[in-house]
Amino acid sequence: MTKKFGGWGGALLLALQTGVANAAWQLNMTPGVTKPSQVVYDLHNLMTWICVIIFIGVFGVMFYSVFAHRKSQGHKAANFHENTTVEVIWTVVPFLILIVMAWPATKALLSVRDTSSPDMTIKVTGHQWKWGYDYIKGEGEGISFLSQLATPQEQIYGTAAKGENYLLETDNHVVVPIGKKIRVLTTANDVIHAWYVPALAVKQDAIPGFVRDTWFKAEKEGVYRGQCAELCGKDHGFMPIVVEVVSAEKYTAWVAGKKKEMAAAADDPNKKWELAEMKARGEKVYAAQCVACHQANGQGIKGTFPGLDGSKLVQGPAAGHIDIVLNGKQGTSMAAFGKQLSDTDIAAVITYERNAWGNKTGTVVQPADVKAARK
Amino acid sequence: MSAVIDNHAGHDAHDDHGHHPTGLMRWVTTTNHKDIGTLYLWFSFVMFLVGGVMALTIRAELFTPGIQIVRPEFFNQMTTYHGLIMVFGAIMPAFVGFANWQIPMMIGAPDMAFPRMNNWSFWLLPPAAIMLMSSFLMPGGAAGVGWTMYAPLTSQMGPGMDTTIFAVHILGMSSIMGSINIITTILNMRAPGMTLMKMPMFVWTWLITAYLLIAVMPVLAGAVTMTLTDRHFGTTFFNAAGGGDPVLYQHIFWFFGHPEVYVIAIPAFGVISQVIPAFSRKPLFGYASMVYATASIAILSFIVWAHHMYTVGMPVAGQLYFMYATMLIAVPTGVKVFNWVATMWKGSLSFETPMLFALGFLFLFTLGGFTGLVLSMTPVDVQVHDTYYVVAHFHYVMVAGALFSAFAGVYFWFPKWTGKMYDETLGKWHFWLSLIFFNMTFFVQHFLGLAGMPRRIPDYHPQFTEFNQISSIGALGFGLAQLLFLYILLKAIRSGEKSPEKPWDGADTLDWTHLPTPAPYHTFENPPVVK
Repeated sequence: MTKKFGGWGGALLLALQTGVANAAWQLNMTPGVTKPSQVVYDLHNLMTWICVIIFIGVFGVMFYSVFAHRKSQGHKAANFHENTTVEVIWTVVPFLILIVMAWPATKALLSVRDTSSPDMTIKVTGHQWKWGYDYIKGEGEGISFLSQLATPQEQIYGTAAKGENYLLETDNHVVVPIGKKIRVLTTANDVIHAWYVPALAVKQDAIPGFVRDTWFKAEKEGVYRGQCAELCGKDHGFMPIVVEVVSAEKYTAWVAGKKKEMAAAADDPNKKWELAEMKARGEKVYAAQCVACHQANGQGIKGTFPGLDGSKLVQGPAAGHIDIVLNGKQGTSMAAFGKQLSDTDIAAVITYERNAWGNKTGTVVQPADVKAARK
Repeated sequence: MSAVIDNHAGHDAHDDHGHHPTGLMRWVTTTNHKDIGTLYLWFSFVMFLVGGVMALTIRAELFTPGIQIVRPEFFNQMTTYHGLIMVFGAIMPAFVGFANWQIPMMIGAPDMAFPRMNNWSFWLLPPAAIMLMSSFLMPGGAAGVGWTMYAPLTSQMGPGMDTTIFAVHILGMSSIMGSINIITTILNMRAPGMTLMKMPMFVWTWLITAYLLIAVMPVLAGAVTMTLTDRHFGTTFFNAAGGGDPVLYQHIFWFFGHPEVYVIAIPAFGVISQVIPAFSRKPLFGYASMVYATASIAILSFIVWAHHMYTVGMPVAGQLYFMYATMLIAVPTGVKVFNWVATMWKGSLSFETPMLFALGFLFLFTLGGFTGLVLSMTPVDVQVHDTYYVVAHFHYVMVAGALFSAFAGVYFWFPKWTGKMYDETLGKWHFWLSLIFFNMTFFVQHFLGLAGMPRRIPDYHPQFTEFNQISSIGALGFGLAQLLFLYILLKAIRSGEKSPEKPWDGADTLDWTHLPTPAPYHTFENPPVVK
């Protein structure tokens, strides 16, 4: 173990000297790619150094005393106490230092809090356990998608090697243009989440029933990753955020592509589906939306998340099943998927659940049934 | 009360054995402040081990990336109950234990003012602890919501949440009764001549802490009761769909939660303020300013709560106010640190175990105070809020602060309580192992937080692996060092050498100057006169 420690210590020193080239030994904040992130980085460094200097001063005195005023070296105790002058000085001086510290902090705060006149507005909605994005103003208006963890379960549970962006990869990136002020509105669908991207110096709680805002203006192209920062239940550690900053041209191309994709994905709401194709589609929706709690084998987790295999609700009338998927169940983690998924996807996943594992109802729920139930 | 008067009337001499039941019933029915203090201290040590096992479970899961040992929902339960148990089960009862043993002896009183209520205050704790732990047996398991129990996540939990809420109610009742007892004792039962400004610092800190507790425990009870009615009775205090606001919970919780930090820290300051002068053989430098600084910290603690909530979306004016108010706390805290250092200056220092822990406290608590100052800056806090930086910060304050101070107190007063000496060599080992492993566990967490690792996650990106491994190994070492502490205590109780009457020549409170060692079962039946 001693040897290992030596290695670590050496690596630590190396990391300090090389200005942390290797992310594995990162010792300080991410400098970031927005003005506020630079402001915060500098402010933190300044404050830390002021603290370090005071710390060395105070404990320099203490350690001097520890070495010089020892009984074992025959030092006799003086008997002084109470000295008004000294006491006034050590009350007033820290106060003055605090004022010196408060000044840059105030300036920094005022500069990072201004969310006015954005170029684009994106609404971010926290769901257990994924993020929903709606581009509500500016170029790309109307784009809307869900974004969730793309790291396979095998990597998490150790049966496959961990990928480069382990736990920090999503199926849909939030793409934004460089140099534009993006206002981010945060809200949530179930519990409190927090949208946190270190490189953008953004962290804003997403509170169910309320809308809060923050902003960023990225000055360097790249992919920036973050995570949910407020405990939101079982998979709090598994809802990453990936923001991709691209050039204006690339952004325009992305918008066009995304809109085409959305149009293609829109289903004919009146189409009559067959059991087999509906079940196949439903299996995919289930794998994306339901598997975290109800599990791939439909058994759920005993005592926490009910099983669907053999469930009375699932095998009973379709209306009850549609209702719980659409509207969720108050007081549990069961979300209201009506706000997240299309009629076709909801119909598909219900059809799948009613015909998977030991469930053999043979019923096909059609998108029209779901649409009717929404009213 | 009557028992005390009976003894007083019936026995002139000190009565070492007293007239009390023996065996288990002695402890169940006791109204003696020393017995109750002992009960509090052992209870807190047991809870410390339980909470410690939970901490080790967390650190074991975080040793490498991936999910290996516990499922994510159980991981959340571990972080939740580790926090609740350490705060309410371990640290707070430990200092109440000190208060019970020491306050009457330090102010020359025969016992606490309300001995029967004192018994009741303690005996509420074991049922509360059992109820808290029973959450793990409920359908759906215990609540995985964090010790802060933020709404509306609490609405999604099973019955384990309800048992936790009731346990918090009972713990709160115990604290309030204990506080009433302490305040009454201190204000009414001081020996003739002991004015308020002659009380030992430890007594002063507890007087202030007890007022804090009475002020804030009902607030916590209110917050969790609102959670309970939101869960079961259709109220919507914290549910926007019914006109409530989830952030309201956080305001109420932290109005309790921030003073709670000082409920833990202030008695710790008290212990340190006894130990440092005793081993410097020199009076506390600025006694009066220490009293005023402690009171100032307590008052300020009521007006800074929302610095725990910079990311909820407060108006800028609110953030500025809470930032300035929070920074102000550095002034009285600085006064305390300067006073301790000035007390040591030109003293005649010796470094037995209590003093080592006191110096460990001074050094590391101040470090935690500085990271607190960094965190008070809103723009910086927004970046590191809910990351490991915060975890590191509050463990410096709670572990190297409160816990080290509790160790200092135990070693310092152990000879007075038992009449035996602990093994000094082993005590020093305990200190150095704790110090090294503590820093190994928590110092690296500053780096993790600055680099952006969120707290309360069961799994992480491999870039954080190395520091997490250092931290986990440190945690294991820290845990094992506490088993050494248990061994030191048991060894001293069973076969420790007899303590001299006054093992610490700098100690100058009534318990050391006016009472034999060990302190007899009943003390100060005739109050001493303080000049």
